[in-house]
Amino acid sequence: MFKRIAFSVNGKAFNFEVDIRESLLEMLRNRLGYTGTKKGCGVGECGACSVLIDGVPFDSCIYLAVWADGKEITTIEGVASKSGELSEVQKAFVDEGAVQCGFCTPGLVLTTTALAGSGKEYTQDELKRELSGHLCRCTGYQSILKAAEKSLEGHICTCVDSPHYKQQHERNEG
Amino acid sequence: MYDIIGYCEAETVSEATALLAQNPNLRLIAGGTDVLIKMHGGQIEAVELLSLRKIKSLAEIRKAEDGTVVIGAMATFTKVFNDPILREVIPILTEAAISMGGPQIRNIATIGGNVCNGATSADSASSLFALNAQLKLVSQQSERLVPIREFYLGPGRVALKPGEILTEIHISPADYQGFGGQYIKFAMREAMDIATLAVSVVCKLHGKTFEEVRIGLGVAGPTPLRCLEAEVYAPGKDVSVESVAEIGKLAVNSAKARTSWRASKDYREHLVEELVQRALKTAIVNAGGEQLV
Ligand SMILES: Cc1cc2nc3c(=O)[nH]c(=O)nc-3n(C[C@H](O)[C@H](O)[C@H](O)COP(=O)(O)OP(=O)(O)OC[C@H]3O[C@@H](n4cnc5c(N)ncnc54)[C@H](O)[C@@H]3O)c2cc1C
Ligand code: FES
Ligand code: FES
Repeated sequence: MFKRIAFSVNGKAFNFEVDIRESLLEMLRNRLGYTGTKKGCGVGECGACSVLIDGVPFDSCIYLAVWADGKEITTIEGVASKSGELSEVQKAFVDEGAVQCGFCTPGLVLTTTALAGSGKEYTQDELKRELSGHLCRCTGYQSILKAAEKSLEGHICTCVDSPHYKQQHERNEG
Repeated sequence: MYDIIGYCEAETVSEATALLAQNPNLRLIAGGTDVLIKMHGGQIEAVELLSLRKIKSLAEIRKAEDGTVVIGAMATFTKVFNDPILREVIPILTEAAISMGGPQIRNIATIGGNVCNGATSADSASSLFALNAQLKLVSQQSERLVPIREFYLGPGRVALKPGEILTEIHISPADYQGFGGQYIKFAMREAMDIATLAVSVVCKLHGKTFEEVRIGLGVAGPTPLRCLEAEVYAPGKDVSVESVAEIGKLAVNSAKARTSWRASKDYREHLVEELVQRALKTAIVNAGGEQLV
């Protein structure tokens, strides 16, 4: 069964029939060639397949292609400028050495891009939490966190606002 | 490719219930974070889906005139966590929401799907149990309100009748006003992990004594459950380290913990006794009581 949908990827408009069985990940990689979107686990655990849908990160492996109707999708291919200049977030990942094998990088760059674009302030704990849907098997995360902090410069605050973190801090201290 | 043989979507609840009435084989899909994973694992096959994703009215969270908090079944966990009403009146639910999955999962997983999936580990469930939540179930012919404790029948089994859709979760003011609460999810990781044990406690004080205590547990049995023995003991008792310790002990009597690869029965029972006390101590402070030392 097929269903016609209209959507855009990195600003480019598409309008065609998708298979109702397809995930957004399969559509992006296999049909449209956006292979920067990676398949790790296929079940929502690792975040390698994350893309931005209307600016918000989702795991494309567990997002049906038919749901993309009317949506604006951003993949890693749409982050650098048309002339190939890296975005500030991408530069921060390069500067901090936050890329080893690179498999987790597209997802992490996209999530960090969404955080940087939100204009909100984040505590260190919140930043970790916002990145917690991405597994990295290489770096040990320190360089990734540094890159994310650099990307959010001026938007990191030191307040502890959520009871969740109070609970965590108490647990860590006690 | 997922093993999907049919797909339709509704834009209103009445459209959805009509479609369900016509074709009882339709399987509802909300965020898909349980349904798609089950298809991936081959637990369900050749599925005909009815998507609720276009029913915008089901994603709302509001406070009715009489103070009842109404949470639409399609509200995502991100929405639940950020909702100003819930943060103010029932933070044990927003804390449960933020402890669930990771950001990308919370952006799509719904509270209705969490409840209807019927897992004892559902992060929203222990808080909804402690809050005496009622579920509004709507079919083409009828509409009923079911207390959440009657909704969970067994692992993965809930009291949805054929043709029914969960539309709203109700929490009445008598169940949250004047209460302080605390949610503790005990897991091996701070994110992207299923609870080894979940404890949600609310309490109301009368001077230096307990007026009411309600305790919801997750993963302490085949379904989420309440600790009724401990709850019956509490009213009228002095708020003290001793009474809190007794409540912790009594809570274990209600648990039906078992050994799984995550934890042994003994360990889970230890967690029930310890975490009920910890959660209650914080709940006391949140209810305006003095900190117990
Ligand atoms: C990587 C990952 C991590 C996870 N971590 C957690 C976690 O930490 N804690 C946790 O509790 N869960 C977790 N889950 C499980 C899952 O995300 C939740 O249970 C989620 O809330 C399900 O909601 P959904 O909208 O995705 O449901 P769906 O998968 O769409 O539906 C779930 C079930 O409910 C039925 N259903 C959905 N909506 C309705 C409705 N309105 N009326 C009637 N029936 C309905 C569906 O038919 C289906 O049987 C995780 C899942 C993944 C993939
Ligand atoms: S491939 Fe989608 S989350 Fe792992
Ligand atoms: S750099 Fe290899 S997985 Fe992250």
